[in-house]
This record gives sequence, structure tokens and C-alpha cells, in this order.
Amino acid sequence: MKQKASKANDTRVEGIPDGTEISVFCPACHLGLNRFDPGTRRVWISLKTRVGRKEGKMELAPQVPGFQPHPDHAPPAADTIRDINCPHCDQSLLDTDHTCPECNGLALGIHAAIRQRVVRLFACFNPECQWFGIDQADEQKIRPTLERQKKPEQDALLRIHNFHEVSYGFNRELAIAEANRCLDCKKPRCVEGCPVGIDIPAFIRLIREGKFLDAARKIKEKNALPAICGRVCPQEDQCEKMCVLGIKGEPVAIGNLERFVADFERETDSIQIPKRPDPTGKRIAVVGSGPAGLTLAADMCVRGHDVTVYEALHQPGGVLVYGIPEFRLPKSIVAAEIDYLRRLGVKIELNTIVGRLYTIKELFENGFDAVFVGTGAGLPVFTRLPGENLCNILSANEYLTRVNLMKAYAFPEYDTPAPLGRQVVVIGGGNVAMDCARTALRMGSREVTVLYRRTREQMPAREEEIHHAEQEGIRFRFLTSPVRFTGDERNWLRQVECVQMKLGDPDASGRPRPIPAAGSNFLLDTDMALIAVGAGPNPVLFSGCPELKTTSRGYIDVICESGRCNTSGVWSGGDIVTGSATVIQAMGAARKAADDMHDFLNGGGQGAWTAPAGT
Amino acid sequence: MYSIIDRRELAMGNMVSLTVNAPEIARKIRPGQFIVLRINETGERVPLTVAYKNLAHGSITIIFQVVGKSTAMLASLKTGDAIKDLVGPLGCTEHFEKLGTVVGIGGGSGIAVLHHLMEGYAEAGNDLIGIIGARDKEMLILEEQMDRLCNRLMVTTDDGSYGMHGLVTDALKQLVEEQVHIDLVMAVGPLIMMRAVCEMTRLYKIPTWVSLNPIMIDATGMCGGCRVTVDGKTRFACVEGPHFDGHAVDFDELMQRNTMYQRDEKQSLLSSIKA
Repeated sequence: MKQKASKANDTRVEGIPDGTEISVFCPACHLGLNRFDPGTRRVWISLKTRVGRKEGKMELAPQVPGFQPHPDHAPPAADTIRDINCPHCDQSLLDTDHTCPECNGLALGIHAAIRQRVVRLFACFNPECQWFGIDQADEQKIRPTLERQKKPEQDALLRIHNFHEVSYGFNRELAIAEANRCLDCKKPRCVEGCPVGIDIPAFIRLIREGKFLDAARKIKEKNALPAICGRVCPQEDQCEKMCVLGIKGEPVAIGNLERFVADFERETDSIQIPKRPDPTGKRIAVVGSGPAGLTLAADMCVRGHDVTVYEALHQPGGVLVYGIPEFRLPKSIVAAEIDYLRRLGVKIELNTIVGRLYTIKELFENGFDAVFVGTGAGLPVFTRLPGENLCNILSANEYLTRVNLMKAYAFPEYDTPAPLGRQVVVIGGGNVAMDCARTALRMGSREVTVLYRRTREQMPAREEEIHHAEQEGIRFRFLTSPVRFTGDERNWLRQVECVQMKLGDPDASGRPRPIPAAGSNFLLDTDMALIAVGAGPNPVLFSGCPELKTTSRGYIDVICESGRCNTSGVWSGGDIVTGSATVIQAMGAARKAADDMHDFLNGGGQGAWTAPAGT
Repeated sequence: MYSIIDRRELAMGNMVSLTVNAPEIARKIRPGQFIVLRINETGERVPLTVAYKNLAHGSITIIFQVVGKSTAMLASLKTGDAIKDLVGPLGCTEHFEKLGTVVGIGGGSGIAVLHHLMEGYAEAGNDLIGIIGARDKEMLILEEQMDRLCNRLMVTTDDGSYGMHGLVTDALKQLVEEQVHIDLVMAVGPLIMMRAVCEMTRLYKIPTWVSLNPIMIDATGMCGGCRVTVDGKTRFACVEGPHFDGHAVDFDELMQRNTMYQRDEKQSLLSSIKA
């Protein structure tokens, strides 16, 4: 009880920052109820009370610090109060809204003007509670409206000549300023928008308090790769889309904050490795070291399982190293996050193609208890147009792999070259198309044009990427689709024939179907074309593991949401199940699979191989 | 890291044979499949076909001709040195069946690839005839090994310094004229040679398979750099090949595609010499 009492004594008016001016008035006569006491320099709320038949006076001091009843007019016990009235007009103040939002006991609800907004101020008479404050919904009303902080960026004129990261991210001051915009909602919708369920308000609260390392660790409870996700997640479609601030203005820059704390932790060399539980003796093989595979590996490793990740390429990271360009996601950051996983205890075997070197069956024979397949969507899709095999027509995958993974931008220091075009066309409208266009510009192409068959509104690329591309001088030709590539006598690309499109009725994806306009064909001069129209599942894995059931499009057919495949002991998640999606969606799928896999292995691996209950 | 346990020079040092310790790959690799290696951190990914494997030693042997910077660097490695990355087996393996008489035609360093393939056909119980060709006597490799494998071996040199004076197609023509029944021709070598062989066998309606060597990066089907037109359709040589029906392959397109990086290759070689 002592604690209660002390809590009551230094109760702050909940939801109202210290020092905020509050004026209280009667809802009926609109006359002020404040009384200024020059001795204590405090503002009191004067009220009339009725206890039994007796009329009395009561005063409350809502001003910070401390709601305390006036010493001369201690509030009567809650059950004895019959009414509380306005001293000016006698209007009952207990007519409506007189339950405490905390304990549902009897409370006084009066109108108060705070920062030129009218809110309901509650004072609870329940001695156990003594809550004094304003409603959650009102709290948002009175919060000072701050502008969303912009992260500093490299100037477009400079950055098109280098591969350094475009945006520098927040510094401490910007991060704290941005964190202060967060309303710390009681029911945080942003968390619902996060595929891995990061406790977003909690980590933002820690930033506000300047506890950046604690904030980073808060994120790492749910996401082992925060520096990556802070950069490449489409936050505007996930957490930031749900942010209530976004309804009227701009949402909190959650992604930038995530990136800031992850960078802070890494740059100050403060990365801590959580203590591992005792080994469970269970061995897990992960196929593919992309976002899904790494997430599952981290999740299972911290639960004490022995995890080995198999990667076909010579570097771990999957799409993070071969696909996403250096200027969007520096490879040193990917390496640092993967190093963190290694220190967690994850083993990574490079240059190992499951399906060729080992089959899934052999993995089980080699003593693995469970297998996770996260091979992604790595097969390039081509347009199948005439002339597509001319020289200097490349898939986005090939171009990006040459430049990112093989570091062709440092040719001839690195041995792998990348083709150079003066007038480049990029076909497609997704993030990969933006990456290709911006990479080509940095590789020295003079003019880069993106051909997209719908309009800007329907482009699947992130708004930020389109905006950056426009800033850098990438040209866009909307409602344009290629029909044929033509080359010179040596079979090098010279022109692309295009057709103008019109938008028709919505198709299966809900976007208007582009229809070619007859007779609108025209020619574009070009000497390099990059095809970025999508990616499919790579069949290499299946050639050695025909027992895995696939869909008609070649993706893995999982039997439940947690990613169980038709083969016992095999889970899958990420692009190889859903088709091309985002980094964080793959991570979310891996998280579900990890939870299910852990339960399954804890059950001795004996449970029936069906969809678990509730999925 | 994959250590080199044996290094030999062939064809007066123009070709090098490296035996690399890679027990897992040796256990799995089948005739016709290849590996990709990367010599060091700044190296490119080089696809090379395996000439033979040794299961007892857990090793694979690659034979390559020095043509550019990467192969020159690879040739400069000594026994005991290590290769940073080695991945395989890649590509499809042939389904070796008993067909009857199989004629294997190899040119230049392609003879090394042919050797491994012919081992597969021998295992399946075929009668083998080998035709191997080179520029001159000095560039000829694996004659002894091929001789051991084949029922009959024909050797041609462009300058006539050894064996038949002429091209491998001349030897093939001789076989046809001798009215030898041929069930399959397997040709491995420079594209121009394979094209010539295919043109000839098309006339005689002999099924012909070729082993293609387009430009690749990852060699796992991810980049599409290795695409070739076969029978009017685009195929990825790395995962669907490297063996295709020679009569359906668009050789002209492939030859042109293989020249895409010639200028860069030269620049890379020059800058490495300067350094």
C-alpha cells in the first residue's frame, strides 16, 4: 500500500507532458473552474460537492507535478459522493463519462483546454487507483505536431557517379526528434503491420530516452537483421502504413529509426551476442542463405539447435548480396549482420548446391532432423520477344550479379566485367528495374530509360526508389512495351521496337490490364537492354529432390501457413513459396516456420505430418 | 579453400591439368558435368569441365587452355596452392545408354571434356570410336588415355605434323565413307568445329550431341547469361545443358554472344600484366 500512496503523491497528469498549461471549464456554462493561488503559485480546480445533503467545496491541483487534493478540502470517499457540481451554474459534472479509464471506478470527468484542444480530464476517486489524466484518444490530439524528419542524402548529381550509399541515415538528434513524434499508442497498429512483429513503440520509446543500444536489442528480439531491414523493407506498405500519424500527416519514420539504432550498435562496436541455451542436440539444415534462410537460422540457433546453412554462391546473403545494389545496401553491412549470425553459432557452408551436391534425402541421412528450403526466386524471366538473345541484352539478375556480387564496378581490379551501354533501356517497373536503371547510370551510361507498360501509379517499385531514380535523371516511358529487338550485322543490339499501351479493365492482380494500341509502334535507339520483368523459382534444387511437391508454376507447394512441405521434416518459406516478394515477408515466413519447427522438434519430431491446428 | 594436389603441363605448357582435392564433388560428379571456380577474392567465376575424377583420392582433374587472365592465373598455381571457391557438380549429366557405336569428336582442350563423356559411354557398353584433333602435334592432349578407352582412335592435326593432315570432319567423312554404322556423334571443342561437325552429320542424318561453353556467371540458372537458342527456344546451358542436340543449336548466335566481353577480357589481361 505504501507504494500506492507514494504513487499517488507524485502522480503526474498522465498523458500530459510536464509544464503544460491546462485550463478547466464547465461544459454547461463554459466558465473557468481554475483558481490561481498566488502563495503556492498553483492552479486549482474549484468544484462544488454534495455528500449526503451537505454541500461542500473541493479543489484539485492538476498542474504538474502532482495532482493533490487541497489540504483544506480533502476529497470525500468515493462512495459518499452524491454529486459534483459547477460552482458557477450548479450543472452536475458527474452526468456523463464519470468512470475512470483505468479502474472503471467513479471518476470526475471535466472539460479541459490543453494546447487549444478540448479534451476530457479524468480524476479517479477510487483510493486504490487515484488515476488522473486524459484519455488515450485525446492524448494524440494534444501532442505537438512535428514534421517528419528527413534523412540526409547524397546529392543526386554526385551520387550518380559513385556506388556509395544514397542516404546517410539519421544522426542522434534527428533520431530523437523523430522518436518524439511517436504517440506511443496503447494499441500500436504499426506492430500489426510488421511481418515479424517487432515491438515498435518500445524501441522508439528507448530511442526517445537516448537508450540506443537497448533499442537495438529490443529490435533484435524479433529481427536478427535490423540494419538490412531498416534499409530495404517497404515500410510505407507495412508498419508506417498503419501508423495513426499517417492518417492526417506523415507517419513516424520507423524504418529510418530502425536503421539508426542498428547502425549505432554496429558502429560503436557494441553488438552483444545473446547467451545460447544448452544444445538440444537437434540439427537443422537450411538451404539458401537469403533473408528467409538467415532468419530461420538465427531463430533456431538462439533456441539451442545446431544450424548449418548451405549457400550455392561464394558469398552468403542471397539476394542481399547479388541483387540489391551497394548504393542501397552496402555489402559491408550485410557482412556484419551475417557475422553476427555466425557469432550466434550459425554455421554457413558456401559453394554448396543442395540438389546437386546433396539431395534433401541425403541431408536427413547425414543426421539432420529438419530441413528448411529458402532458395528464393532466382530464375530470371525473359520477355520471349524476337531478338532477345542479341548481344548486350541481359537479365536484371545477370547485370546486378555482375555489378554487385562480382563487383564489376571495380573492374579491372576485380576480374568480372559488366557491359556498358550509352543508351540503356530497362524493361519493367519494379524495384529490380529501378536498381538496374540506377546501377547503369553509375556504371557510366549516358541515358537510361525505363519502359513500363502501365502508368507510374501502378508501378510496383517503392515510391522512394522511383523518386530517387527520377532525381538521378532516369527517364520513364509509361504505357510502353517492347515488341522486338533488332541488332546490327554483328548481332549487337541497336534498336528496340515498342508499342504504346492503353489501360483496360482490371486483371487478376487488380491492376488495369495494359492493351497494345494498334499502329502505335515506334523505334527507340539503344545499345543495351536490361530485362527486369520478374523472377521465377530456380529448378536446380528440385532436379535432385523430385519428392518435393511444387505448384504448376514451379513454386513449392506448402501444406500450411507455417511452411510445411509435403515431405516430412521439410519446411519452406520466402520467395520459393510465394513468388517474388519482399525481404521482410520472407523473414516473416521463416519466423512462422521456425516456431513450428521448434515445436515439432521439441515433440520429438514424432507429431503427425499434417497442418498444425489453427493454421 | 580447395588445395591443388597435382599440377601437370600439357601441350608444351599451353594447357594445364590441375588435380584438386574435392571429395564431395568427386563423389557426385558424372561425366559431362562441370564445376565453377574462383581463384581468389577478386577473381571471376570460371566454369570448367571435369576431365576425370579419382574417387579413391577424392579429387577431380580439370584441364584448361590458357586464354585470358583467369586461366593464366590458374596456370600459375603450384601443387599445394589453393583455390578459394569451387562449386559443383553443375549442369546435367547425360543419360548414358547402350546405343551401339558412339563416335566421340574432340578438338583442342575439348578432348579433356570428351574423355570424361566417353568414359560414360564406355560404362554403358557402347563401342567407341575417337576422333581427336589439334592445331599441331604439340597441342594434342590425352591421346594415350583416349586410345585406351576407344576401340579405334583417329588423330588429325591442322598442319599434318602428326596423324591425319586435316580437320576432325575429314576423319568423320572417312568413317562415313568406310560405311561404319554410327549411332551417335558426341562433339566437344571450339564452336566452329562443333558447327562443322553438325553440318556434316545433318547430311548423313546421324544424331549429334554437342557440349556448349557459353559465358556464365553463377552457373546455377540465376543469370541467364548462358542462354542459347535450341530448336527456336531459349535454353539455359548451365542447368539444362551443357549438352544439346547439335542439329538444333543456333551456333551463329552463340558465337556472337561469346564475343560480348572480348574487349574487357583484353583489358583485364593487359592491366594484370602492367600490375
